[in-house]
Amino acid sequence: MAPTQPAPAPAPSLVDTLFQRSLGDLVKFLRADPSAAGESTAVARALSEIHREIRAPDAATKATALKKLTYLSSLHFAPVASHPLAFPAIELIASPFLPHKRLAYLAASLSLHPASLSLLPLATHQLHKDLSPSTSAAASHNVSSLALQLLASPAAAAAPDLAAHLAHDLVPHLSRGSPRAIAAAARVIAASPSAAVPILFKPLAACLALPDPRASTAAAAAFCELSAPPADAAPFLPLAPDLYNLLTTSRSNWALIKVLKVFGRLAPLESRLAARIVDPVCQLLARSAAMSLTFECIRTVLTALPAHDTAVCLAIGKAKEFLTAEDDPNLRYLGLLALGMLGPTYVSTVHEFRDVIAQSLGDADSNIRREALHLMMRMIDRNNIMGIAGMLVSHAVKSDPEFANDILGAVLAACGHNVYELVSDFDWYVSLLTDMARSLHCAQGDEIGRQLVDVGLRVQDARPELVHSSRTLLIDPALLANHLLCPVLSAAAWVSGEYVNFTKDPVELVEALLQPRTSLLPMSVRAVYIQAVFKVITFCCNSYVERLSDSSKEVAVGLNGLSIDETVSEGRKAPLLSSDEQITVPIGPLFECNEVEVLERARNLIGFVHLIREVQELKESKVYDDEKHSWVKELVKNMQTVFSQEIGPVSSNAQEKVSLPDYIVLNETLAELDDIVSEDDTTPSSSILFYPRSHGSIENRNEPALSLGSSSLLSEHRKRHGLYYLPTGKTEDEPVDYPHANDPLLPASNESSLDDKSNTAQPITCGKKLKALKSRPKVVKLDGEDFLSSMVPSANVPKEDSLSGAVRGVLLDRDLKPSSSQKASDRAYEGIVNKMETGGSSSQWKNNVDAELVGHPTSSSRPSIQPSHEKESTNPLESDGKEVKEPKRHRRSSRGGHHQGKHKHRERHSTQPDVPQAPIIQDFLL
Amino acid sequence: MIRFILLQNRQGKTRLAKYYVPLEDSEKHKVEYEVHRLVVNRDPKFTNFVEFRTHKVIYRRYAGLFFSMCVDITDNELAYLECIHLFVEILDHFFSNVCELDLVFNFHKVYLILDEFILAGELQETSKRAIIERMGELEKLD
Repeated sequence: MAPTQPAPAPAPSLVDTLFQRSLGDLVKFLRADPSAAGESTAVARALSEIHREIRAPDAATKATALKKLTYLSSLHFAPVASHPLAFPAIELIASPFLPHKRLAYLAASLSLHPASLSLLPLATHQLHKDLSPSTSAAASHNVSSLALQLLASPAAAAAPDLAAHLAHDLVPHLSRGSPRAIAAAARVIAASPSAAVPILFKPLAACLALPDPRASTAAAAAFCELSAPPADAAPFLPLAPDLYNLLTTSRSNWALIKVLKVFGRLAPLESRLAARIVDPVCQLLARSAAMSLTFECIRTVLTALPAHDTAVCLAIGKAKEFLTAEDDPNLRYLGLLALGMLGPTYVSTVHEFRDVIAQSLGDADSNIRREALHLMMRMIDRNNIMGIAGMLVSHAVKSDPEFANDILGAVLAACGHNVYELVSDFDWYVSLLTDMARSLHCAQGDEIGRQLVDVGLRVQDARPELVHSSRTLLIDPALLANHLLCPVLSAAAWVSGEYVNFTKDPVELVEALLQPRTSLLPMSVRAVYIQAVFKVITFCCNSYVERLSDSSKEVAVGLNGLSIDETVSEGRKAPLLSSDEQITVPIGPLFECNEVEVLERARNLIGFVHLIREVQELKESKVYDDEKHSWVKELVKNMQTVFSQEIGPVSSNAQEKVSLPDYIVLNETLAELDDIVSEDDTTPSSSILFYPRSHGSIENRNEPALSLGSSSLLSEHRKRHGLYYLPTGKTEDEPVDYPHANDPLLPASNESSLDDKSNTAQPITCGKKLKALKSRPKVVKLDGEDFLSSMVPSANVPKEDSLSGAVRGVLLDRDLKPSSSQKASDRAYEGIVNKMETGGSSSQWKNNVDAELVGHPTSSSRPSIQPSHEKESTNPLESDGKEVKEPKRHRRSSRGGHHQGKHKHRERHSTQPDVPQAPIIQDFLL
Repeated sequence: MIRFILLQNRQGKTRLAKYYVPLEDSEKHKVEYEVHRLVVNRDPKFTNFVEFRTHKVIYRRYAGLFFSMCVDITDNELAYLECIHLFVEILDHFFSNVCELDLVFNFHKVYLILDEFILAGELQETSKRAIIERMGELEKLD
């Protein structure tokens, strides 16, 4: 923004031109005041100068001004308004004077933003001129190389039209084998595949075979870039012979690395190819002195040729050299990376390096540590989990806080994976969990607490140890001050209360739960503590009362003296007398608590204690009041039954099994939403049949046609408004039948109702595993429970495959249908127009347009969602918002239905220039 | 391929920035700030690779200048490290004992050298001599 610019913009005077500051002057001027404020004023002044100078009729003045502007905009992020670089740059591109031209091209390559696309027609003409052979050979070479450079700059990616128009001009340069032309062609193809591939692909492929090493290297790099992962590598298979030649003859490491990368992508697609390249790759591996090439060979062998044992052994040997390079952390890191690439069949090899890896856990560099941790986690199996997890947890104590938590998080994720699949000794695991909670920097309290409770719910055999470990956590007053541990303490308190029958010393437990420092806990945790006290007291009273009724003899004694409290003991004494005071004193202040949860539970507890006191009064008065006694007994028993119901784990699908109350009629309730439901949903709501789920499926199965119709409507709705739906776990596999609550026909595995223990307590899965772990306790696992495994982050980056369709078109079937992309967007556009025409009332019209505005961009930015008029394709339930999580599905679908894939990514390309800002840019870099 | 190349001093002043992907100015600013933060505090004993968003930065420090290249996650780290070194050698040869000020005052020449060396995010010319010769030719034309 030029600050003080006179409105009529006077032409620069001769004086201005004469005394124009050069770039050197400007740099000195900027450096004169290094403070931030000084610099920004200097930049502002320089900018206003430049704005005046750049309009000069004199080319030299203009060029200097442009030079300064380039400098400012690229290094100082000068707040330049509306890309003023673009226009003068394009003006100067036409200059016959080479330095000016060069300057202008540099400025253009820096300034051609999507925002300045309106200037492109001007540039296109000049570029066309500069690219066409003319005049003297030397000058034209320089000029055309500048133009090629512009095409190879990111400006070409930002302006696919420019690239498409100039594709023909590149061909002669390509056939000469100019490396610049090759780089530019790769960029042009990447920017607009549909237009450029038919013209440029063949000449570009021919460059691979050129004798000039610079050309073949550039071509290898170009194909390496074009076949990079988001794209499908299969269309590049026909290039294999040329690439193979290059692999065996080239002496440029750079070219070899690129060729190896392409082969790494091609080999998994064609088994014969792997057999062909394995020899040359091994030779390179054995011979090469360059570490970069060696590493590339290792990577290629381990990822693309895992079936060739000799090659893999050779690669492992080289990787070992990397690992043992004491003085070079880069090599050690790459060695670890290489081990990480080994497939599952070579896990034993990774085990051989266990010492090196364990040592790397303590490395100074976080890269190396992280990779070592990753390898450690890969090594874990059922047999060594105790050793590795124990070692890692003890290592976490010595590490810096961040890495310690990485370790703890990894151990928790690995052990908790698929409902504790790997853990066979739960006593060990429970004590490991408590160790983790106690380790110094632990910030994983939430997950530890969750797992403590979860293990308690699922594994009956682990409960005694769980209670024991919880005790050690609860009685330690030091832990109470650590806020990160609150979730763990809360879990421990809950576990102790729930499984109080395993407690050895209830008095101690109550003391621990009511110790004064519990006031440091947040209220939500205190509520759990109080509830746990309640459970413990109830349990004690009950066991006391049971004793009394067990033998009438003891009843008499029991009611005759206080000493009975000790005799009814054996570890489960009823501390009635002592606990009265003990409980009321710490609980008393909570009566004024603001938190209702705490207040309520405190009152419950005190109320119960008062009731029990009557037992004591009985004793003291020594009146044998049978009626009252039995009343108290009844009360305690009742209270005990309240807590005695076993609580099981809750399936993530549980909500679906809850039957719908009869009085809720979904049809009517939803009818009110008609106004706000968008156009596509306004199919008459009466046809959307929501079955009251309690009707069960039998009735439903009688009307399959109806159910099918309605469920497809339902899934349509679900697709649009997935946000408001509950996640359906496994049931998505049965898209036609929407799951019904309490469905009697569901398979047996679904019957895991919580009170039927013989069914719930099922060993995990197949017979093979059963044999392996006879001693493993039963772990309750409900159907469709993969939420634990879903917590392990997936490394997949969702990206849409580009290019492949077009390239395949040229190389394989040559059946390009460039109009298909237009069709799709046209259809969408027509849809809008039609609706605008037919829309009756103005409000409805507005709704339509709004719906389109909202609906359309999402469908184009998430290309794998089928356009709504392709209903017949695939099952619709699957496409509800799941794409983001499961990128592989796109890949498969775009490979299988190749026309579809083409169609989709073209559509994306065609929409790109319309949506210029952040999203696309981020797609490139981020 | 290379996403961008940055030359920054220890204070975080950018001396050269070349982007091979289209980025908005504000995004460039952020990137430069983040990369500087990433590399400036790393110990010389550490690896020369840092993860940066979904890519990785290969960097090397020469005196007070950090040369950073942002490349794809599957790219060959060592090759780009060699690439940085080659670039520094070329600069050193061209300016005979290059220092930070040379880069500050010869902004456009550094760009020219870089354009001869790397094009469209790929290494174009690996011969130091060829680049120096080509630069001589271009100087003659000016």
